[in-house]
Parts: sequence; structure tokens; C-alpha cells
Amino acid sequence: MAKFALPKNSKVKKGKYVAAPEGTKTIRKVHIYRWNPDDGENPRMDTYELDVEKCGPMVLDALIKIKNEMDTTVTFRRSCREGVCGSCAMNINGSNTLACTMALDEAKGDVVIHPLPHMPVVKDLVPDMSNFYAQYESIEPWLQTKSPDPAGQERLQSHEDRVKIDGLYECILCACCSTACPSYWWNSDRYLGPAVLLQAYRWLADSRDEMKGERLDNLEDPFRLYRCHTIMNCTNVCPKGLNPAKAIAEIKKMMVERQI
Amino acid sequence: MSKFRTPIATARGLGSARSGARHWMHQRVTAVINLLLLLWFAGSVVSLAGAGYADIIWWVRDPIVTVLLVLLIANLFYHIRLGLQVVIEDYVKSDGTKALSLILLTMVTLVLALLGIVSVLKVSFGG
Repeated sequence: MAKFALPKNSKVKKGKYVAAPEGTKTIRKVHIYRWNPDDGENPRMDTYELDVEKCGPMVLDALIKIKNEMDTTVTFRRSCREGVCGSCAMNINGSNTLACTMALDEAKGDVVIHPLPHMPVVKDLVPDMSNFYAQYESIEPWLQTKSPDPAGQERLQSHEDRVKIDGLYECILCACCSTACPSYWWNSDRYLGPAVLLQAYRWLADSRDEMKGERLDNLEDPFRLYRCHTIMNCTNVCPKGLNPAKAIAEIKKMMVERQI
Repeated sequence: MSKFRTPIATARGLGSARSGARHWMHQRVTAVINLLLLLWFAGSVVSLAGAGYADIIWWVRDPIVTVLLVLLIANLFYHIRLGLQVVIEDYVKSDGTKALSLILLTMVTLVLALLGIVSVLKVSFGG
């Protein structure tokens, strides 16, 4: 049945306050969600006073500065620092995005950072992505064909057909969209979520793929596909400016197309 | 989720139900039909403003009106049935409660729809 309150060990408490060194001119408060699986404590929100003048422009710069200079135990994922790897996806001031492409100036007031919503937390800002990746694997995201490989050349595609996967192939699987989707929050065990469905459509829209029927068969399910209720949070938050909601709508159109 | 089950086993689950497209289509089609029929109904009610009891009875007895009213009620409750099914599937986790709620939903909407249709027919055929 529905639970209206968090379990006792999930209540987020007030954490420690780390002040900036004396003489710091411009201070920006950064609140960070902290949880350590090993100490048995409840999650807490720690606050750090950030010296903005000695910090890079992005939220990720702030996190790295805090980890380097104020608290080495702050845990988060990051790699490319330019919006291509998707590692630093987190919830910043209430909205999922990449810490590396969001400027501190874009955040109004204090900067409040949580892990991606409704995912199991491994530690601090690091969510457990196993289910998300397994769902991605389940749609078999690679080119599948019946015809033998053409000898001595690639599988060709017209320019018009190639354009059809623009806006799809750019997805970096950061999971900002899926973890912003209420349907995915309630039913992530069975609903594939916007990111994986956009990826599924990426192969459905590829003129070279010859297994569209099987792909649609595997998607046609009240939960896998049809939990999407066009809430559109996915499209609102996508840090790459993609439109997962439209991709899902296109899949639904294909489902109808093969019936009439 | 048991820690001994691999994530891919959970993700693949019991496989695809190979259904859902029909439900989705019916929900959209009934929505459009509802819009048209409700517009007609609202227009009719407005044009009947101030009419007496007998006028209304005679209005319902027009075969076209009878048929449209029956269609409206059937379509409306079918649409309600489809929509609430989605709500139940969204929020009810346990399979038992879900199945029971869906059966209950079907029965309640069916009874309400039949009640409406029989009432219209009763007025239409007199008695």
C-alpha cells in the first residue's frame, strides 16, 4: 500500500556546517546530501561556504573545490566535465541536470544538491544505476539485421534516413530524464523510462535496422512503454536538449501504424 | 529485489505482455468521441433551458437523441474504465489488490453505464 512518510532511517537530518576561511569576500552556500552506508546514520544535508571568487564557473567546479579543500569525504561521480559522459548527473536546486554544464550563476540562491531522485543511493551523490543499465541492455541497443553483411562495404543509409536519428543518437544516458519521471519513480521495475525508450526509438528510427517488428513486440506492454503519461518532465530536464517525450510518442505511433 | 537476482533478470522480468496498443488507441478514440458527444449534449441542454418536463421527455424520445444518449453513456463509461485502469496500474503494487481493483472497476462502471442506458431507453420507449 502507499506509504505517506519516509521510514525512520531515511529521514534527512541537518548536517554539519563548514564555514569559509576568514577574509573570504563572496560566499555562496552549497548544501549537499550526504549518506554513508557504513556508519548507520541517517542521511543529512551538509552546508559548505564556498569562496566563489576562487572557484570555477560550474556546479561541478564547486563540488571539486569542496572535495579538494573543505571535505574529502564528499562522494560524487564525474569524468569528462563537458557534458559528454553523463557521470555527474544529479539534482541541483530541484531539477536534474549535469553538474558540469550547469553554471553556479544559473542556480538562484543557495545551491542545493541531491542525488538523482528515487534511485537507491550508493553513497552521497552516487546513485545505483544497475537497473537503469539493465533496462538499457534489455532493449538490445545495437544494429540487428536479417540480411548478410554487405561484402566489402558498410551498410549504407541515405542522407534523409540519417537525419531521422538526429536528436536521438546524442543521448548520453545520464538518466536525468528517467529519474525526473514520476511514472519511472513509481514503476521503475517494469517501466523502461524515457532514456531507455528514446534509445529504443533510436534503433526503431534507423533505416538499417531489420528487426523493428521484434523490437516493437518487446516494447508493447502496459508497463514497459505505456506507463508514459506524457508528463514531459523528461524533455524539460534533458541537459542535452533532446526530446524523449517525442521519441516515446513516435513509438506509440508505430504501435498504431502496424495495427491499422 | 533479491540480491541474488541479476539486474538484467529483473529488467527482463516476465517479458513483454504484447498488448497495450489497443488500450491506448481506444482511450484516445473514446476521448475524441466524448468531446463531440458532450458538445452536442451541452448544446442540447442549453437549447432546452426553460423547457418543461414533457418537452424533455419528447426530446429524449426522438430516435436520434435516444441513440446519441445511449452512445454518450456507453462511450463515457468505457473511457472512464480505461482511464481509471491506468491509475490503478500506476499506484497499486500488489498483484492481488490490483486484479481485484480492476474487476471491481469494471463492474462498477458497467453497472453505472447500464443504469444510464436502461433509464434512457425506459424514457424513450415510455412506460
